[in-house]
Amino acid sequence: MIKTTCTRLCLLAACLGGGPNAIAQERPVAFTNAELLPISGPPIAPGTVIVAGGTIAAIGPTATTPIPPNAETIDCTGRVIMPGLVDTHSHVGGGWGGDASGPIQPDVRILDSINVRDSGFRKARAGGLTTLNIMPGSGHLLSGQTIYAKLRKASTIDDVSIRDAAGKPLGGMKMANGTNSQKDAPFPGTRSKSAALVRQKFLKAHDYRRKVAEAKGDAAKLPDRDLEMEGLLDVLDGRVVVHHHCHRADDIMTVLRLRDEFGFKVVLHHVSEAWKVADQLAKAQAPCSVIVVDSPGGKIEAMDLSLATGAMLEKAGAPVAIHTDDPVTDSRLFLRTAGLAVRAGMSREKALEALTLAGAKMLELDARIGSLAVGKDADLVVLSGDPLSVRTKVLETWVEGEKVFDRDDPEDRLFAVGGYGAGRDQKAHACCTDERLSETK
Amino acid sequence: MRPYRPILWFALIAIAVTADVRVPAAEAPPLVAVYGDVVHTMAGPPIEKGVVVIDGGKITLVGSALDIPVPPAARVVRGKVVTPGLIDAHTAVGLTGYLNQDQDQDQLDKGEPIQPELRAIDSYNPRERLIEWVRGFGITTIHTGHAPGALVSGQTMVVKTVGETVDDAVIVPAAMVAVTLGDDARPGDEKKSPGTRSKAVAMLRGEFVKTQDYLRKLDLGDPEKRPDRDLRREIFADVLRGKLPLLVTVNRATDIDAALRIAKEFGIKIVLDSAAEAYLAADSIKAAGVPVIIHPSMRRGGTGETENISFETPATLHAKGISVAMQSGFEGYVPKTRVALFEAAIAAANGLTTEQALATITSDAAAILGVADRVGSLRPGLDGDVAVFDGDPFEYTSHCTAVVIDGRIVSEEPR
Repeated sequence: MIKTTCTRLCLLAACLGGGPNAIAQERPVAFTNAELLPISGPPIAPGTVIVAGGTIAAIGPTATTPIPPNAETIDCTGRVIMPGLVDTHSHVGGGWGGDASGPIQPDVRILDSINVRDSGFRKARAGGLTTLNIMPGSGHLLSGQTIYAKLRKASTIDDVSIRDAAGKPLGGMKMANGTNSQKDAPFPGTRSKSAALVRQKFLKAHDYRRKVAEAKGDAAKLPDRDLEMEGLLDVLDGRVVVHHHCHRADDIMTVLRLRDEFGFKVVLHHVSEAWKVADQLAKAQAPCSVIVVDSPGGKIEAMDLSLATGAMLEKAGAPVAIHTDDPVTDSRLFLRTAGLAVRAGMSREKALEALTLAGAKMLELDARIGSLAVGKDADLVVLSGDPLSVRTKVLETWVEGEKVFDRDDPEDRLFAVGGYGAGRDQKAHACCTDERLSETK
Repeated sequence: MRPYRPILWFALIAIAVTADVRVPAAEAPPLVAVYGDVVHTMAGPPIEKGVVVIDGGKITLVGSALDIPVPPAARVVRGKVVTPGLIDAHTAVGLTGYLNQDQDQDQLDKGEPIQPELRAIDSYNPRERLIEWVRGFGITTIHTGHAPGALVSGQTMVVKTVGETVDDAVIVPAAMVAVTLGDDARPGDEKKSPGTRSKAVAMLRGEFVKTQDYLRKLDLGDPEKRPDRDLRREIFADVLRGKLPLLVTVNRATDIDAALRIAKEFGIKIVLDSAAEAYLAADSIKAAGVPVIIHPSMRRGGTGETENISFETPATLHAKGISVAMQSGFEGYVPKTRVALFEAAIAAANGLTTEQALATITSDAAAILGVADRVGSLRPGLDGDVAVFDGDPFEYTSHCTAVVIDGRIVSEEPR
């Protein structure tokens, strides 16, 4: 029995690391009689969602949605099911990007430093999160490449990475302005210097691109490969989205100015003072990923931070997502941040969208995640009730048709509520380890 | 029940309709009647359709709105849920400010490891914006002062979240002496003590032994042999005399045990603070009769010594019969403060009933801070401090719709 399970798990693990459309799920699962919050459409209650092959096969009213004969049925009476939460800004996994050598380091990838056994991953699953944009910090103008991760059970970073059709791990580019990235030279000392350094670097990337184009594939004429330039060209050519830390209204406008000059795609993160320029952000249709914290202050740039930022951006018509910035807010309480946004005037619908589909769009992953829709990845959260109630519990989290968190499992529960050992890295998976041990005997 | 005083009420109309936060303290507070669909008095079961009448800044009547007629001329406040003004059982707000710059950070001096003589009243800024911030969520009383981060960082105090000066705000000018055990007691310089847990305890015991000698000399009665006045000794003497408790910030169970050991050795009162691993030491804490002001469960990271915090600690300790309160704690970055209401909400969602969780930021908090005769419940004779909500106070989407302190309506902006 153990042997069989192990073999099966090993196969699953092999699949997980195998490619862009990792399929782990063997048997369809039907969640029936739930209140479904598809996000991309009105609630369905009682509703059924059927997942097969790691994706959503069907969704509709329970009365009219047939269940495949071989499916495992889970009665979700009294429960609420919504898409897995998408966190556009997380720091779980203890990864670091650029070092102190310079302010702009587009060659550095955070995927090279993440510990996938970090307890933060388990806590994130306990919070209902299924997709993260894991970023390096904001202490640089450009601190490196981010990674888009699925919270699959994992042994290596490859197990969690989200890949494109060619198998390349997807991610964005982290940038920052304002005070966090200002320090002694070679870092900038002022805001104007910050912008100038970034502009100069992008101009250099323009030159590099021109040289590559002029070489027309002639190996003798091609410039030497340059990882920094290649990173910046991914940005300039629109293959990679910039995720830009900014707080003050003028810093926000500076990002838009640079975006317009160089034509890169950008998501504005934190945006403490976005409410001061909400109309401009709406006009620019600039995606804003908002942080919701318990009080203003903590640094001068956050002195005018408001719980109503999401509400004011929504009213102005700008795209809004919410993020954790874990550890600034705890991934296990991600739903809470939407609750506080609603407290300050955001609509329920937009607040729930801000945790899911809006974030998926900002990561350009909305074709795969962010809503309960046929064909999308089977990433979902089973809740004990209203997602915006403090008393609601995340009961289960599913990624691509596999249950990755179960509140009834004592070990999972430890990470959900805390307690002795909850700060430690997760244990090694039983998968393969047992077999390897038995082979060595 | 007090008799009506219609003449006085009539005279108060003018004041009532123009009541303002900035009314000088000398002016008499208006007559206020606060109605709630539910009134949690914390002095008995909740009252359906209840009313709290406040006159001259003090609560005069609490009961069913059916039994108590609307007092003529009263300023009326209505809401779904009425609670006592909330108490944040431990914060550093007012000594720490929201800018987080040198000029507004007075919660910790690391020049020396032991400085019980540092008074909170000498650093408190009653106009600090964070005070207004937490007040908007119904917090009317805070236990604030010197922060964790030195073996003995200074004194704490209890204040109301109003006032133009510390004297306006203060209830208890010297409430406790802040002690930290564990990693945070280290000064961060390897050459300075305490560098280890054992050294920290030895230093603290040394102070009390020295203070015992100081007291012995004081008692000799011979003016010639009386020791010189010494601010440090005087404060520690008050600790030994049982007048001032130690507020001991600890997280590891090892440090909780050490705190209990010191309390027993010198027969002093202590309150455990933060206490991330208190669930491991619950039996000893219960046996020692020591209350716990539990860490903010949402505190950043939960790393290092707080890696084992649990959302369920309030429920676990309460079930053991340990007196518990919740706190906003100290934050060194964004957000610059947490909100005790939100922390109690996490407790309410993780094992405590609504009443029990409310007690952690009202009646039980008041008892632990020694101010239950002033605040923390709705009873005649207590301060007229009330918080009003448009729904379950613990729900994220509810709002605090009115705050009354000493009979003055200080906020009606929903938050």
